[in-house]
Amino acid sequence: MTHTRSEFRAGTLAGLPFILVIAPFGAVFGVVATEAGLDVAQVMGFSFLVIAGAAQFVALQMMVENAPVLIVLAASLAVNLRMAMYSAALAPHLGRLSFARRALVAYVLVDQTFAAASLRYEQTPPRTATQKMAFFLGVSAPVVPVWYVATWAGAVLGSAVPPGLPIDFAVPITFLALIVPMLRSAAHVVAALVSIIGVLVFAFMPYNTGLLVAALLAMIAGAETERRMAAR
Amino acid sequence: MNYSAWHIWAIILGLGAGTYLLRLSFLGLIGDRPLPAWVLRHLRYTAVAVMPGLITPLILFPQATGGAMDPVRLGAALATIGISLWTRNVTLTIFGGAAVLFALHFALI
Repeated sequence: MTHTRSEFRAGTLAGLPFILVIAPFGAVFGVVATEAGLDVAQVMGFSFLVIAGAAQFVALQMMVENAPVLIVLAASLAVNLRMAMYSAALAPHLGRLSFARRALVAYVLVDQTFAAASLRYEQTPPRTATQKMAFFLGVSAPVVPVWYVATWAGAVLGSAVPPGLPIDFAVPITFLALIVPMLRSAAHVVAALVSIIGVLVFAFMPYNTGLLVAALLAMIAGAETERRMAAR
Repeated sequence: MNYSAWHIWAIILGLGAGTYLLRLSFLGLIGDRPLPAWVLRHLRYTAVAVMPGLITPLILFPQATGGAMDPVRLGAALATIGISLWTRNVTLTIFGGAAVLFALHFALI
């Protein structure tokens, strides 16, 4: 029990720095969505039901262009296909939990919670599935409520962020901070390089689908490197 | 934007339900059924396979500059990698990277 609680606390600590990213990102979504013509309930509908910044911006962009509803859905869901990859990667760690608990984890499965949990499960793995879940939910504890509040503030109060500040770059910085420590074997480095080169090579593919192709190739490259190094 | 409120809610509910099903997919279906070793070997690389590709375009071709390479963002990215290797601490790296980003922004304005 105490272990579960300390994992939750460790997760919350790991999640706190993400507020730097989530708060401006959510506020900007609130501002942009309101200016595009959505009312506060609709803006909050996005943030509560979707909780996926990139996909929400894609949907909004296409709505501004008056794309057909099904096209808006297809394009923004394509951006979120990586969530299925995250889901598969978490299954070996969290699969033993009850369905209700897995359903709860799925609701707060976002880039930040996944990246922080992946790093934790690799470096200082909690022993049980319950402890792993506690860490995951701990990360989400500051991340998800701040997302709601920031979106609401953006929608109601408008933008307080001075224009021209490079706040968009908070996203790459937090992910770099999480990825670099994961590069602890040749196989991990190979996977990351294939991911980078792949996304540039397949940049011509529509709706971010190039990222999925690059990611699949990178997973294969990482796994194959690991297999060959082990066989040696 | 020329949608009825009904259309807007259809997009919100459709995207919400679809995204949730993607998140639940494997976690919900596989449960604790054991996966073959080769599948697990691939899944170990999910994070390092998706995240670098996700941020590479954001670093090289930021939308805020209309896709032009930007010394401020590029410099901040390199500094963030350096700080990460040096401190080996995620939180310090995030704050250090943000500090370099804003320092470069105001130095090169």
